[in-house]
Amino acid sequence: MIISIASGKGGTGKTTVATNLAFSLGKNVQLMDCDVEEPNSHLFLNPEIKDKQAVIAPVPLIDEDKCTWCKKCMEICRFGAIAVVGKKVITFPDLCHSCGGCMAVCPEHAVSEGDRELGDIETGSIKENLFVQGRLNVGQVMSPPIIKKILTLARDGMVNIIDAPPGTSCPVIAAMKGADFVLLVTEPTPFGLHDLALAVETVKILKIPHGIVINRAGMGNDGVKEYAKKEGIPILMEIPFDKKIAQVYSRGELIVEKMPEYKDKFLDLFDHINRLIKDPGDKGAGFK
Amino acid sequence: MKIAVTSKGRNLDSKVDPRFGRAAYILIIDTDTLEFEVVDNAKNANSFKGAGIQAAASISEKNAEVLLTGFCGPNAFKTLDTANVKVVSDVAGIVRDAVKNFNKGDISFTDAANVEGHW
Repeated sequence: MIISIASGKGGTGKTTVATNLAFSLGKNVQLMDCDVEEPNSHLFLNPEIKDKQAVIAPVPLIDEDKCTWCKKCMEICRFGAIAVVGKKVITFPDLCHSCGGCMAVCPEHAVSEGDRELGDIETGSIKENLFVQGRLNVGQVMSPPIIKKILTLARDGMVNIIDAPPGTSCPVIAAMKGADFVLLVTEPTPFGLHDLALAVETVKILKIPHGIVINRAGMGNDGVKEYAKKEGIPILMEIPFDKKIAQVYSRGELIVEKMPEYKDKFLDLFDHINRLIKDPGDKGAGFK
Repeated sequence: MKIAVTSKGRNLDSKVDPRFGRAAYILIIDTDTLEFEVVDNAKNANSFKGAGIQAAASISEKNAEVLLTGFCGPNAFKTLDTANVKVVSDVAGIVRDAVKNFNKGDISFTDAANVEGHW
């Protein structure tokens, strides 16, 4: 099973929910941190990292002896990663999205594949549970290949919990695709609601069962609840706007460890998710 | 000599556009006669990525030997350098005056980008 924890807006509590849910389940769990620009689940779970592998993506190499400066490669590249100026060709590997278009259109077969390191993936364990995290190298912008590679490490028969990046663009879609359930963490503010609605649109297109967790409940307004009701999306959990929770988080600790009464709430959340995976129309799950 | 000047408008009395890759227009000007050609840079200005690279390639194609502009980023500079187009950055004011100053020799060529990418 794969549960992807996403949000639209950043800083709503994806990592809080992902790490506390993982810890509450306690066994047969793999946490996969796909927030590769700043993976931080490890701060809360303290995994033992055992292996690290680079993620490589192809970039164009130009054979200037074969090149006739026809500019076809430059014209097809949406990202400006190749420039033909006079009788010279220059490439900008950092802008390349590794689509292979330049290789395909070159009539002289002057373009071949070189390697560029995008980042790395670390794997390890937390007691008998598994841990994976990706990290994008500084200066690189293309994270989906790293996220897709992490997803290939999802284990059958385990609960794979994905800590997704914020937003609704390619990296998030990469972290949702293939998930059995998407848990959308939001905060009850106009900003939270605005980005939640974008995330919901994304999940609907991907046709994945989904539900909402409201973090910092009690602040802001009722906009998120009204939206959820109108859209028929279950609210599966509310985490209150509580100074003690903020303090626990800021020390890199888990809510369920310091405030054990929350463990049942996270297990309840998991139960609701299971029911919704089996029957997305299960009115008994959520809909408070 | 032909030079390229980034411009907010379509004539010599327009203001120099401080941006290079995403300038509104680029004027390709003959420094002797002040005759000029207008390059509409709208496509680059709205491009997703690599605006400076594309703009650099296009002025190279117009055979400009020098670029007068406000800011020039690293990728644009690398492309211009490869194309042997010299760069004068931090240019401001009216295009006509910028060309006048250039003709007087009242300029200095830059040997590096003067802003980060995507500034």
